[in-house]
Amino acid sequence: MEKRVTFRGWWLPLLLIAPQVFISAVFFFYPAGQAIWQSLFIPDPFGLSSQFVGLGNFEFLLSDKFYRGSFVTTAVFSILVTLCSMVPALFLAVMADRLIKGSGVYRTLLIWPYAVAPAVAGVLWLFMFNTRVGVISWYLGQLGYDWNHVLNGGEAMGLVVVASAWGRISYNFLFFFAALQSIPRSVIEAAAIDGARFWRRFWTIVLPLLSPTTFFLLVVNVVYAFFETFGVIHTITSGGPQQSTTVLVYKVFSDGFVGQDLGSSSAQSVILLILVGLLTVIQFKYIEKRVHY
Amino acid sequence: MAKERHGMVEKRGAGLWLTHVFMILGVLVIFFPIWLAFVASTVTQADIVRPPMPVWPGDQFWINYKNALFSGVNVPVATMLFNSFVMAIGIAVGKIIISLLSAFAIVYFRFPGRNIFFWMIFLTLMLPVEVRIVPTFEVVASFGMLNSYSGLIFPLIASATATFLFRQFFLTIPDELAEAARVDGARPMRFFWDIVVPMSRTNVAALFVILFIYGWNQYLWPLLITTDPEMNTIVMGIKQMFPTGDDFAHWPTIMATSILAMIPPVIVVVGMQRLFIRGLVDSEK
Repeated sequence: MEKRVTFRGWWLPLLLIAPQVFISAVFFFYPAGQAIWQSLFIPDPFGLSSQFVGLGNFEFLLSDKFYRGSFVTTAVFSILVTLCSMVPALFLAVMADRLIKGSGVYRTLLIWPYAVAPAVAGVLWLFMFNTRVGVISWYLGQLGYDWNHVLNGGEAMGLVVVASAWGRISYNFLFFFAALQSIPRSVIEAAAIDGARFWRRFWTIVLPLLSPTTFFLLVVNVVYAFFETFGVIHTITSGGPQQSTTVLVYKVFSDGFVGQDLGSSSAQSVILLILVGLLTVIQFKYIEKRVHY
Repeated sequence: MAKERHGMVEKRGAGLWLTHVFMILGVLVIFFPIWLAFVASTVTQADIVRPPMPVWPGDQFWINYKNALFSGVNVPVATMLFNSFVMAIGIAVGKIIISLLSAFAIVYFRFPGRNIFFWMIFLTLMLPVEVRIVPTFEVVASFGMLNSYSGLIFPLIASATATFLFRQFFLTIPDELAEAARVDGARPMRFFWDIVVPMSRTNVAALFVILFIYGWNQYLWPLLITTDPEMNTIVMGIKQMFPTGDDFAHWPTIMATSILAMIPPVIVVVGMQRLFIRGLVDSEK
């Protein structure tokens, strides 16, 4: 789409666009280029010189069992976060949609966690499951279950998943609720008159009508789980125990800043860059589809 | 039978009560972590280290919050709150200004390189700061911007979402307005200030809500570039309050800080709910 009416001149628009182009170039394109460049080198241990290795860093990464393990961890983590945040959100949205009065009050209460930063959410959940003072871990202890996410990788994963999904429930709820409200009443009523019960109506009519929203939320939540959960993982587990919660973004951080392995960290950045690109393409493909829908 | 079916659509009677029960349970479960943090911020350390901790607030509210705000652990929390405000408002205002300007240029002018610049901005949509942390850190360090507000703000305002939002909106402004302005001999910037900016008010406000929360909740970036505790933001500073090694963390102070860290974004989200939801839906489109 283009404007028919435009203003003349070329130096004014260049001036107007300059701040954004400048900031993008300095803090975006240059660092991204650096990441690609550095991914082709291995610096010596003293950082004095570096040796060109071509795709050596990538070859090493793809054969490294820790890096491949991190891929699997990321996949498991993203799937679980997406499920744990979408299913309760859909349930709550369906319930709120049944109400004529009062859904606004519930909505106001349910959107709170969205405002809580992932890192703060991490601290809240860490507090509840802390091995020495946590309330929930204490009650689990009373029931005879010895909770210890510091040593047990599975429990650590469970905890970071729940802490990451918690704030997203609010987000998903808002989108599901809006989508449910936009389904015409007449469609639901017609099915009811035909004798379809609530859950039958839900599976056969409501859920299919929600599919564009569901697909959109799937993509957005996977992107969230990939890139925005660093704060949760850093506050709760720092990637441990034994790397059981080291997702890809966490590994870029720990190899680059803690381990000072710039070549590998840059190569990982480039791999992530490709992944983001793919996810973005999927998102845009979907948006194109939605226009026709 | 007919009556029952009717009841299921109109939601009356037992079904309605059950729905309310589910909603209340859902709200309680979702609220529980926040409630527990609040309780922990009103009791003594001794109450917490002998589990189970109490479930109702104690009488240490003022002491704990005063202690957190004015002494803190490494640095008073009041300082971190101030830093977070500067960062969040800087990011929100900065992004809005540069995006309004560039979207105006892209929509209302035909100039050399327009398409190249458009795609350049478009590409920045695709790369969150988490992915390019090491080289971006090096750039900021080489500018001497570590431990500074400009270092906290500028690398995070390079994003295209706001530009696209304004572009979409400007395209819906009727051509007649620009036509009239041109016939009247109004300069482009006059049209921008008198027509475009006032018409974008709601979009600007909705975007401000989203960007404020985005900026406030940043974690990784401030963690990397603020090595001086005086420059810590509150969201990243909480983790720094945990002792290394085997010491007990001072939970009442940490939980008071967590509550303080969530108050500003919660006020923004709940207080400006309409704008927030609009901003959310717009910026995801």
